[in-house]
Amino acid sequence: MCLAVPGRVLSINGNMGIIEVGKLRRNVFLHLTPDVAIDDYVLVHAGCAIQEIDEVEAKITLDILKELAECEIRR
Amino acid sequence: MSTITLSHGSGGTQTNKLINDIFFKYFSNDILNQMNDAAQIDIDFKKLAFTTDSFVVNPIFFAGGNIGKLAVCGTVNDLAVSGAKPLYLTSAFIIEEGFSIVNLEIIVKTMAEEGKKSGVKIVAGDTKVVEKGNVDGIYINTSGIGSIYENVNINCANAKSGDVIIVNGTLGDHGMTILCERNNLGFEGNLISDCACLNTLVDCMLDAYDGIHVIRDATRGGVAAVLNEISDFSNVTIALEENLLPIKEEVKGAAEMLGLDPLYIANEGKLCVFVPEAQAEQVLFAMRTHPLGANAAIIGRVTEELGKKVYLNTVVGGKRIVDMPSGILLPRIC
Amino acid sequence: MKFVDEFRSSDYSKLLVENLRTISCNKINIMEVCGTHTMSIFRYGIRDVLPTNVNLISGPGCPVCVTPQSYIDTALELSNRKDVIIATFGDMMKVPGRRGSLLKKKAEGADIRIVYSPMDCLILAAENPLKQIVFLAVGFETTAPMTAVTAIESRKKGLSNLFFFTAHKIVPPVMEALVNDQDLNLDGFLLPGNVSAIIGTEPFEFLSKDLNIPGVVTGFEPVDILQGLNTLVGLISKKDYRIANDYKRIVKTDGNTKAKDYLNKAFNIVDSNWRGIGKVPKSGLEFNRQFEEFDALKHFEICYEEYDGGSGCRCGEILKGKINPTQCPLFKKLCTPDNPVGSCMVSSEGTCAAYFRYYKPRKMEE
Repeated sequence: MCLAVPGRVLSINGNMGIIEVGKLRRNVFLHLTPDVAIDDYVLVHAGCAIQEIDEVEAKITLDILKELAECEIRR
Repeated sequence: MSTITLSHGSGGTQTNKLINDIFFKYFSNDILNQMNDAAQIDIDFKKLAFTTDSFVVNPIFFAGGNIGKLAVCGTVNDLAVSGAKPLYLTSAFIIEEGFSIVNLEIIVKTMAEEGKKSGVKIVAGDTKVVEKGNVDGIYINTSGIGSIYENVNINCANAKSGDVIIVNGTLGDHGMTILCERNNLGFEGNLISDCACLNTLVDCMLDAYDGIHVIRDATRGGVAAVLNEISDFSNVTIALEENLLPIKEEVKGAAEMLGLDPLYIANEGKLCVFVPEAQAEQVLFAMRTHPLGANAAIIGRVTEELGKKVYLNTVVGGKRIVDMPSGILLPRIC
Repeated sequence: MKFVDEFRSSDYSKLLVENLRTISCNKINIMEVCGTHTMSIFRYGIRDVLPTNVNLISGPGCPVCVTPQSYIDTALELSNRKDVIIATFGDMMKVPGRRGSLLKKKAEGADIRIVYSPMDCLILAAENPLKQIVFLAVGFETTAPMTAVTAIESRKKGLSNLFFFTAHKIVPPVMEALVNDQDLNLDGFLLPGNVSAIIGTEPFEFLSKDLNIPGVVTGFEPVDILQGLNTLVGLISKKDYRIANDYKRIVKTDGNTKAKDYLNKAFNIVDSNWRGIGKVPKSGLEFNRQFEEFDALKHFEICYEEYDGGSGCRCGEILKGKINPTQCPLFKKLCTPDNPVGSCMVSSEGTCAAYFRYYKPRKMEE
């Protein structure tokens, strides 16, 4: 019920913005993510940015996986 | 007069003017110019391939082409994948009253250009005009004949266990372009149809190895439809590798946003090729030297398993069935 | 694609699968309540690689599937009006009502347009001032805020011809109804990641506090789902009944406050009928008094009475996770994606559609 995809914010014009997903661009609502800035990543669902993506948290998740992978290799 | 009227289709002076000013201007060749009721052609081959297709695409003009380009490439490709050298086409037009003559000229000019690129001559044609509302702008039918190459046996039923499956480039370009333009989905970027005549690419492949088992163009229903047909006719199981599928970033992006699978999205310039493993590298190499095969890639193989099915080995190490598509493609938000 | 490719890593996925096998051998029943999870699980063949003791059940997380037939029939009736343009997400086009589908109606000449976003309705309304645009506003908490935003924008632009036929529903109440069902034996939930992005994790705390059922907020890429399963199986095996968040790059504990503000601004929470499940208290959203000018039913003075399928299919039990589609007598025989009987088959993320397209028993390799 929630098909959504990460997109990079290219430009902001009031409550609207242009995001880029895989080199494709689209106008989206930014009403739900008013603090977003250019080059930030947002999660886009049906033409609306529903949340900003926390790059730090994403990195933490991936670092944990990387560590798990390295443990496996060492075993 | 800037638009087509009913008198353009009534067989009188307006019809003749239209034929001369547009169709003959661009399609001109020695056979057509004889202006007989039927094209008279000398042939020097034993077996001919003969096909027909009708084109009703909406929108008529799209990034990468128009209905005319589709009409020539579609029929040329059907001949080429049957192991034939495409030679002659007919083209019949059904045009809506009020259609722009400028647009008609662009379409016809495009058809002539594709004809030249692929080496086919358009040798007969017809034009009808119908009242406004009875067709969607313009419909085109093309029929084509080609000479079947001797010593080439390409057939949907020829796939064998161990065959490697190659596509000549990125998947889903045409269908995604059309879907986005038709529904005004508001995406901007380099979404462009891959519509192209593939006969010279097929020649290149057959030169590299004339024992290719199957060649099919993947049009409506995408690669999924074609592979299911081949699996059915050849009674084989096909395994695809998710991490090997070549997909443009733009198509990927649109597919992710719309919840669509590029395996099911139409192409107009893509082939699925089944080659015995031993000859796969040489065919792949030959394809990559051709402009329409620069991104050719191996996407899977025919396995030893019994039964007719197509499945995908996913990045997770699981399997999912890639079944025959049914119904029309619809974007989703869920 | 950034934030997508990394979470589809083959290496990480396989690692998480291996790890999952080591956590517990007990039989575990886990429900996922998001149709997008159902789709993702099937798309990546995740069921194929799970240890046999982990049983994944698909729940009622498909807003199209749980929309009653009466909704479609009313939309079809509205489309009969020459002055109406129906705007809809693609998902709704093939859903069968008693009197056909939107797709069939479009083929018969009704003006029905597919939109990617409700914001496209603003353009439709502006470009067709003599027409009345009716948007079929279906979806859960992830989608409902943009109905509110679109209505507000419509006001700002001075448009008076855009209306919404709403059927928005909210997720936590239906989960409560499910776990109170005696027949279901659930050990834990994979919680809907994007719904949580809006509402946060707090609305799911009742599972932990009142019912001792753990849940993990999970994203949708294969690495996300496998990680969520790892965490959840770990919690279950340790009898640690909390709500964990494995989708922190998107989900904050209190969700998206701006989005929640929009929901509160425009909607009242009402009782709602879930197809196949029945009435679930306080599980639907309806425009409040300040927004009733946008309500299509009020504007067109439609007396809307809900009714359901009742066609012999077992969508209801499937939606509740009591049986899987292969146990429905109509599955693959009378009910197929080409000729769907129940909504679970129509929606591409419906459980039956997912099973039809992707499911094969593990014996596939024999």
